Amino acid sequence: MTGNTTEIIKLKLAKRYAKEKRFKLYGISAIAVSIAFLLSLLINISVTGLPAFQQTYINIEVDIDSKLLKLDSQYSEQELFRANYSKVIKQSLKTMFPGVKGRKQKRALRQLVSKSAIYQLRDFVIDNPSVINTRQSLWFLARDDVDVFMKGGIDRSLPESDRRLKDFQLVWVDKLLAENRLEKRFNVSFFTESDSREPEQAGIKGAMIGSLLTMLVTMLLSFPIGVSAAIYLEEFAPKNNKWVDLIEININNLAAVPSIVFGLLGLAVFIGLFGVPRSVPLIGGLVLTLMTLPTIIITSRAALKAVPPSIREAALGLGASRVQTTFHHVVPAAMPGILTGTIIGMAQALGETAPLLMIGMVAFIADVPQGITDPSTVLPVQIYLWSDSPERAFTERTSAAIMVLLGFLIVMNFLAVIMRKKFEKKW
Amino acid sequence: MSFGVIITALLALLLLGYFIGRKRSITLSKERSQKLHSLPQYYGYLIAFWSSVPALLILLFWAALESSFIISAIVTQLPMHLQQLSTDEIGLFINEIINLSNSGLIAEDEVKRQAVSRYNELTEFSTSIKSAIVFILAFVGMFVALSFVKPEMKARNLVERLIRWAMIGCASIAVLTTIGIIFSVIFESIIFFKTVNVFDFLFGTHWSPQEAIREDQIGGSGSFGALPLFVGTLLISFIALVIAVPLGLMSAIYLSEYSSPSFRSFAKPILEMLAGIPTVVYGFFAALTVAPFIRDLGESFNLSLSSESALAAGIVMGVMIIPFVSSLSDDVISAVPQSMRDGSYAMGATKSETIKQVIIPAALPGIVSGVLLAASRAIGETMIVVMAAGLSANLTFNPLEAVTTVTVQMVTLLTGDQEFDSAKTLAAFALGLGLFLTTLVLNIISLYIVRKYREQYE
Repeated sequence: MTGNTTEIIKLKLAKRYAKEKRFKLYGISAIAVSIAFLLSLLINISVTGLPAFQQTYINIEVDIDSKLLKLDSQYSEQELFRANYSKVIKQSLKTMFPGVKGRKQKRALRQLVSKSAIYQLRDFVIDNPSVINTRQSLWFLARDDVDVFMKGGIDRSLPESDRRLKDFQLVWVDKLLAENRLEKRFNVSFFTESDSREPEQAGIKGAMIGSLLTMLVTMLLSFPIGVSAAIYLEEFAPKNNKWVDLIEININNLAAVPSIVFGLLGLAVFIGLFGVPRSVPLIGGLVLTLMTLPTIIITSRAALKAVPPSIREAALGLGASRVQTTFHHVVPAAMPGILTGTIIGMAQALGETAPLLMIGMVAFIADVPQGITDPSTVLPVQIYLWSDSPERAFTERTSAAIMVLLGFLIVMNFLAVIMRKKFEKKW
Repeated sequence: MSFGVIITALLALLLLGYFIGRKRSITLSKERSQKLHSLPQYYGYLIAFWSSVPALLILLFWAALESSFIISAIVTQLPMHLQQLSTDEIGLFINEIINLSNSGLIAEDEVKRQAVSRYNELTEFSTSIKSAIVFILAFVGMFVALSFVKPEMKARNLVERLIRWAMIGCASIAVLTTIGIIFSVIFESIIFFKTVNVFDFLFGTHWSPQEAIREDQIGGSGSFGALPLFVGTLLISFIALVIAVPLGLMSAIYLSEYSSPSFRSFAKPILEMLAGIPTVVYGFFAALTVAPFIRDLGESFNLSLSSESALAAGIVMGVMIIPFVSSLSDDVISAVPQSMRDGSYAMGATKSETIKQVIIPAALPGIVSGVLLAASRAIGETMIVVMAAGLSANLTFNPLEAVTTVTVQMVTLLTGDQEFDSAKTLAAFALGLGLFLTTLVLNIISLYIVRKYREQYE
């Protein structure tokens, strides 16, 4: 009988081992699939986003003719400011490409350069009035279609009607290329300009400043409030107190409330009731504070809990009061953990979009906000806005903005890890 | 005096109060040759508190209510025909007045000119009263508190009591936030349900709030049957869970039972990175890469797929919530006592048999609560669906078609320019109420299960 059972078990053994192997394989492939997805996301974003860090410039021989500018021999500064620079650029392009005929082609010719060329030329002339009535070789931003073409985004083999650049435009571009008048340079304006309707001029400076101001408000509010709440709950709160229980339940719940609901709260209470203006970093910061508080409280409590009771007992034994014990000994010891939690909370807030949509931070804002009560947008919302734009050139800018955002998040998380590794005491 | 100036002045008073209080306590103890009860800085803290904090609170309170009072005061002074305008028209009028006042331009209309001058008067009046009250309060606070300073005064105990109350206040913000959320969604929802029947909202199958943009439009009430939204939300969340639960659970099992410590310390942070990537990034990825990929894949099988199919949004969302399933499952699997594994091995079970028949059943409550948390995440997730799912309300369970979700509709209803009290914006709050309640129930169940489970092995 015994021998029989052993036989049966032995027969099944190979099958069971195979099962074991398969199970292990499922596990490792689950991890592999997750990591593969993460990698494909990151690689995909980088591949689409990297070209945006370069921008095509176009070189034009500009005849800065005072007649075209409609300037007399004597001119005031204001006249210089209002002079007809667009005409100058139009004329210079015409001289470079003689034989362009028809309204459509003339218009297309003008659209080789970005609209910003007019302002660039204006500033150049105002800074150096001596260039009037001379010929200058100047570099201007190229229009987004030319830029997309330079980065290989337009396929020549497609039929003409499917291309953003028509055949005659390609001829111009080829001519410019042959004369070395098209050049890709590092895209400085992406970091020094704010949002724009024209993809080639759009940058993330406004959104970055907006994010910075919003994070500043969030940090100034959520750090003191969150840490005090954590200290109270961990060090002072009486056990089996109804109010304390209620607070704890609420904190755990708020940590899992969808972020969009916090946006509704901001809309109804802060904007509707208290009259805080819409779209400003102040309201964004208030809403994000409420959203990050649970994270900060929960991590700070964990850090405080990790401080061994012997520290408290020693301080109490030497005659310190409980408040003194906490603030002179326990909190400093827990500070690295608390700061780590705060950084993680801030990183969460930096990437948050949905509640900010509710409180009107989605407006198109071309100015850099000067303070916490100026209308502004933030980096994630800028990403959302650009991702909605139909122009091809915005796609790469969206990815580039994502890369910048992810860069900030990686730096913050890296800081958190270093803090934890370096300063956290092992008791 | 502007807000910033007052705040700066109060901060200066705070510092001043600290030094005066400190100095006073030391002088008094020397004069009376009496020992101080507490260290001198505690007297300083106390004076600093009374000379700035109450004034600061009044200032913030005033600033929060100032604008609405001024506006209502202006409105009551307007001619009758203007007062009878709808709320949003009055709002526009008030905005114009404020803009006129800020820009310093002079209005052509006599009524507006009066309103502007009245607005200016009131603002000036309010500012001067506000500064007066704040500074009187600050100085009175400082001097009264100073007169109480005596060497035998228990300054430390008083300061500590203040600190403790401040901390309780901070902790109570969590409760206030919940109350704020509940009230903000409930009030607007009640107004909404006065115009739209609750049952029509919950079980109606036709959702087209767009019709309600203009009030004079024919059929202007719009129709608010939210069932397609609920179904769409459930469909996308279900797809997400179908992706996230097996992947997350198997990852957790492998990491806690099979992997070497070095692989674990490498893979676990990477998995958790999935939760740290902003959702707007996932949304962009879903819309730009995953959705076209799935559409092309479907076309190669002769399936016609919408480029905003529920499948694309669901899959990406599923990847996003993998860490929620995996880290909680990992925790509970590690919490299963070693003795249970040992018992199973001693009976001759292989590792996978032990996991399937002993560990998973023992850890099941924790795993279930992790899944519930992940589900509540998926239901409330906004950006992925806003960017990758559709806008048209489609009552279908077919994952290849475009569906819309509760959160998508909330965003589209609230990001346009419309008056605050229209049925459209109110509908967003009603949807918010539904969303809040659903996730609340899921969270409570999940927390309850976790707590129960912890007790089991402690």
